[in-house]
Amino acid sequence: MRQRSLSALVLTVAVGAMVTTGCTVERHWGGNTTPAGSGKAKVGLVTKTDTNPYFVELRNAASAAAKANGADFSALAGQFDGDNDGQVRAIENLMQQGVNTILITPSSSTGVLKAIKDARDAGVLVIALDTATEPADAVDATFATDNFAAGQQQGVYVKAALNGVDPKLLMVDGTAGSSVDTERHGGFLKGIGLTDSSPEIKGHTPANGDQSLAQQGMENLLQRSTDINAVYSMNEPMGRGAYAALKARGLTDRIVMGSIDGGCEGVQNVKDGLYSATVMQFPKKMAEQGVLAAVEYAKTGKKPTGFVNTGSTVITDKPMPGVPSQNTTWGLQNCWGGAK
Amino acid sequence: MTTATVNGTRERESLGEFFLRAPAVGPALALIVAIVVFSLATDTFFDLDNLSTVVQQSLVVGTLALGQTLIILIAGIDLSNASSMVVATLIMAKLAAAGAGGFVALLAGIALTVLVGLFIGTLATRIKLPAFIITLGTFTGLTAVAKLIAGGQAVPVTDGLLQWLGTKRYLFGGIPITYGMTLALIMFLIVWYSLTKTAWGKHVYAVGNAPESARLSGIKVNRTVISVYLVAGFCFGIAAWQALGRTPNADPNQFQLGNLDSITAVVLGGTSLFGGRGSVLGTLFGALVVAVLRSGLTQMGVDGNYQDLATGALLIAAVVVDRIARRQQQS
Repeated sequence: MRQRSLSALVLTVAVGAMVTTGCTVERHWGGNTTPAGSGKAKVGLVTKTDTNPYFVELRNAASAAAKANGADFSALAGQFDGDNDGQVRAIENLMQQGVNTILITPSSSTGVLKAIKDARDAGVLVIALDTATEPADAVDATFATDNFAAGQQQGVYVKAALNGVDPKLLMVDGTAGSSVDTERHGGFLKGIGLTDSSPEIKGHTPANGDQSLAQQGMENLLQRSTDINAVYSMNEPMGRGAYAALKARGLTDRIVMGSIDGGCEGVQNVKDGLYSATVMQFPKKMAEQGVLAAVEYAKTGKKPTGFVNTGSTVITDKPMPGVPSQNTTWGLQNCWGGAK
Repeated sequence: MTTATVNGTRERESLGEFFLRAPAVGPALALIVAIVVFSLATDTFFDLDNLSTVVQQSLVVGTLALGQTLIILIAGIDLSNASSMVVATLIMAKLAAAGAGGFVALLAGIALTVLVGLFIGTLATRIKLPAFIITLGTFTGLTAVAKLIAGGQAVPVTDGLLQWLGTKRYLFGGIPITYGMTLALIMFLIVWYSLTKTAWGKHVYAVGNAPESARLSGIKVNRTVISVYLVAGFCFGIAAWQALGRTPNADPNQFQLGNLDSITAVVLGGTSLFGGRGSVLGTLFGALVVAVLRSGLTQMGVDGNYQDLATGALLIAAVVVDRIARRQQQS
């Protein structure tokens, strides 16, 4: 009797563990458990969530690249942005499956370091995609957008579009303290040629990536003064919120607003004139290069190192001399997250 | 208070007792003080357009808080009101985009929030689960549902009816009013009337104060509780309509803290988290105070993070006042 209830308990715990160990989103697997270095790449991908279209694009690209290169592939995800624990379980799960490369978009730059170290100690190649860890050398290599450079591109564009007029700038920031927010913000200021204490900055509002907060913050800043000519938005949802506030004031025609991300909806916003330009990043490239590195590692044991910038491109229908850019037609063909 | 001592027939009423008797007076005073201070401190705050904007900024959270007030009055809580609303905005936007027509889309969205209310109310009464736990579950679940429906992608809204509440008209040639403001005012008045002038309202307060005594005095407690969650659910559906009137774009990532914002408005409005005491007019003032604070502090050049700090401090002050008032009543 006691034996039976014990085994029931074990079974329950095991089932519970399987349910909670991050759902396996996708898997095509050879089946045999060949050790690392024997030639066959086994790639595990861990994303922040499996619903965000950005990560869906990343996963699809990695899956396709794995198929094309004859690599085994398994994808897992955290359950929400910031789900460190879910990502740790996902890494453990992949180790159990015997992968020799893990590609991960860490939920936080420090949250999963121990699990990553355990994986690397076991001889697994770990590459951070999209988001760097802190310290950056906690992983073998990072394939990501240089967010500082992306911010800088937006800044350079806005400066060129102002055509010599002194900027009077409002800034819509993301989550204060996050590395992406800090880098894009700093890059933008460098690009436009200002610093945080410049009098040309007429105000800024933190909006946590929430369009309604961006709209509200912008409305309040505009009440202080509508004498502005430029708006920085840290990503496209907040660009849309800022646009709603500008539109209510009838200011959209005389303001240059830029954004960052390159989601298909964002590119469409540029085409529709909500903001002048967005800076596109390329999750597909991160995934493909990650898988190629995994294949190389399985074949030769050679690991990539350091930060590899997968690039970013200004998308606009109002190109400025001296600012390399692509138009929205190209943008809609290369954006992520859309029905293509 | 001085009149009480002069005519001598009434006992002198303490300040605490006065606030207990009229819980909306405190938040109304706070609102007036904030408006006066910001009007004096900045050139830009006291301006019809800005005051109108501040009211518009309070509409979504205010309507969420209206439903939340009813729930808190019966000593419940709803952590999922904003996520239910966000799912409703997505249903409305998706159906309209699929060609269902604005009216059908609107009804479908409201039906969802009412059904969620029915679900919570049923679990709270039949299984006697605490509202906190039930709605923690619906909050988590609905947040996921929003992301699944959206596929992470925001849905732009072009339908006229769904955006209608954002339409602005000028009263007497100069006062900017949106249909959303009018609708919110009507809803607050209806709920205020129902709570203060009808038997249903007396039942709500009685159930919140002491459910057992309410039952003994013949009130159908379960029916009252479920009716409250249904009415509140309807409010959350209207809040979704208000949200699309503000920004015609259904985004699964917005109003992530809308549940807590609505509770903040309720508490600032003088409604007790323990149930049985409070008023929807207080909630109206509570929602406005938060928006006034943000707008005024921005115009004074105060950084966004310090605005949150100020809101938090005000919230704690409101709870302290509530507690001191209760103590005075008991002693």
